[in-house]
Amino acid sequence: MFLTAQIIQTAIETGLIYGLVALSLFISFTILDVCDLSTDGCYTLGCAVGVMVAMTGHPVLALFASMGAGILSGFIVGQLQTTFRVPSILAGIIVNTGLYTINLAVMGFKSNVALFGTDTVFSLFRGLSDSAFWKEWSNLILLLLITGAICAALHWFLGTRLGLSVRATGDSAAMVRASSINPGFMIVLGLCLSNALTGLAGSLIGQYNKMSDINLGTGMVTIALASLIIGTSFSSRSIHMMWKIISVMIGSILYRFIISIALRLNVPTEAFKLVSALIVAAAIMAPQIRSMVAVRRRQTAEIRQRRAVLEERRAGGPAAEGGTETGKIAEKNGGPSAEGTAVRQTAEKDGRSISTHSREPGTEESRQKGGQD
Amino acid sequence: MLCIEGIRKVFNPGTINEKVALSGLSLTLEDGDFATIVGSNGAGKSTLFNAIAGSFYVDEGFIELDGKDITYEKEHRRSQYIGRLFQDPLMGTAPHMTIEENLAIAYLRASADKKPFSRITAQDREKFREQLSLLHMGLEDRMKNPVGLLSGGQRQALTLLMATMVTPKILLLDEHTAALDPATAAKVLELTAKIVSERRITCLMVTHNMTQALEMGNRTLMMDGGRIVFDVKGAERSSMTVDDLLKKFEQNTGGTLDNDRILLSTEEGV
Repeated sequence: MFLTAQIIQTAIETGLIYGLVALSLFISFTILDVCDLSTDGCYTLGCAVGVMVAMTGHPVLALFASMGAGILSGFIVGQLQTTFRVPSILAGIIVNTGLYTINLAVMGFKSNVALFGTDTVFSLFRGLSDSAFWKEWSNLILLLLITGAICAALHWFLGTRLGLSVRATGDSAAMVRASSINPGFMIVLGLCLSNALTGLAGSLIGQYNKMSDINLGTGMVTIALASLIIGTSFSSRSIHMMWKIISVMIGSILYRFIISIALRLNVPTEAFKLVSALIVAAAIMAPQIRSMVAVRRRQTAEIRQRRAVLEERRAGGPAAEGGTETGKIAEKNGGPSAEGTAVRQTAEKDGRSISTHSREPGTEESRQKGGQD
Repeated sequence: MLCIEGIRKVFNPGTINEKVALSGLSLTLEDGDFATIVGSNGAGKSTLFNAIAGSFYVDEGFIELDGKDITYEKEHRRSQYIGRLFQDPLMGTAPHMTIEENLAIAYLRASADKKPFSRITAQDREKFREQLSLLHMGLEDRMKNPVGLLSGGQRQALTLLMATMVTPKILLLDEHTAALDPATAAKVLELTAKIVSERRITCLMVTHNMTQALEMGNRTLMMDGGRIVFDVKGAERSSMTVDDLLKKFEQNTGGTLDNDRILLSTEEGV
């Protein structure tokens, strides 16, 4: 079997975790319409904080600690953007750079930390039952529960007055200011929320892999963007927020599938970042390429059709199959021309009167007649 | 009552692009006043609106609304009691959100005390539906549609509704019908006049249409070079014709703006 059950299960599990990062970009990128490039650093921060707290024996607390760390990071990005007017791309990059040192410090200035012999949320959850079924599926069930709860909470929040204000801020800043909402506050709030999800994802992956690495987050923003773009391609026409949220998760799982397939095709792991970049580029380019192909296809079809009409005429058979208007005119004139000059002259007059109506067919038709003579 | 005293605003000070947009402008509007503003491009009409709405702080002078000094109040705070419509119908609404959600956000101004996590209730919905039906555009049956699907006229009418949902202390209309076709513009204008007079809203309206400038409201202001150069109301205003106003316009702007005359006179009759 090309994709074993084990591979599919892993793809869904990691897809759900990475889906939280995609949801985070859904908030910042799609809803707030700001560029938050601190994702890479924030994801590693979540992982580092999560692993360090889990190591002390509090894996559940670790999830919340990571979310808190994410909120802090998002708060700084938001403040830079709003209060201090740093361009949003720059704000994210600055925080991302700073976070590298912070992350190292959190891990005690080691580039990686492993979780040995301590409980994780996954091992705790697996311990709830002894059945073989539970042992195999508990990770997936736990992740489905967590991400399901996050999706539901996000959907609920976006329907409240505060959530509506956040959405409106990204949609029409002028309208928001005119409605006594402080857009700066909404951007900060949205970024805190968004980075809380990134932090949570980092914490989950840390406990899932039982380790934290300083370079874990590199390229995360690209992966999440790819998932987001794949996901939103399902829901671009929908107005239902719940479907939009779920489609982002689906996009992330699909992305993991693509990666699993690449793995099975023996793509070397060193080439993975390149593969990710190519997938993202392809996903973003797809709609444009599709429309370009459609235009080109129509063009060639029309050119072929026109050429066919011209060739028919050149073959001396203007009367043969005059489907177009020019064909009909040619038929009108060309038909009698075989019978005699006098008739043709009247036909020619006839043709001229038509040509005043529409210039284009008239000139073509006279050129054709010249050829016949 | 709006009271503006000697406000001044210079853009790009100290550079080659320095532009004095408002030069010591003073204006007092009584409660329930509806003043139209005319003036050529660059006269400072929109800058005046931005100053009142708080898009920037003025360099000199002060602005008082209902006896409260708002010169240094933040824009989003002022918008709690200042309603505003722009020329561009796209600016007043959020296109990807539904009519209902847009109205809910506008309604936030009335419900600052409401909990931030409250949702749109059936009661709110009923109120929105009622208000929308006043527009006679059938929007009350499309409350779940995104606003992006509406026409420019419908969006502007909706924005008007949103701006006046909670009666503002002052309503600023910045050529709000200029981007609409004549029939729709007339309808939105009629709606404006109706809402403003029914609720006795103090209102400032910028227009390039001289007929409108004399017919709408009870006062006409003319701006040039960042200040008000002509202010007419009462009997003098009602006896004024479009030609009189155009003459005033030429006098006050040095008679050099022939282009404006052409522009303004051909725009009559909408």
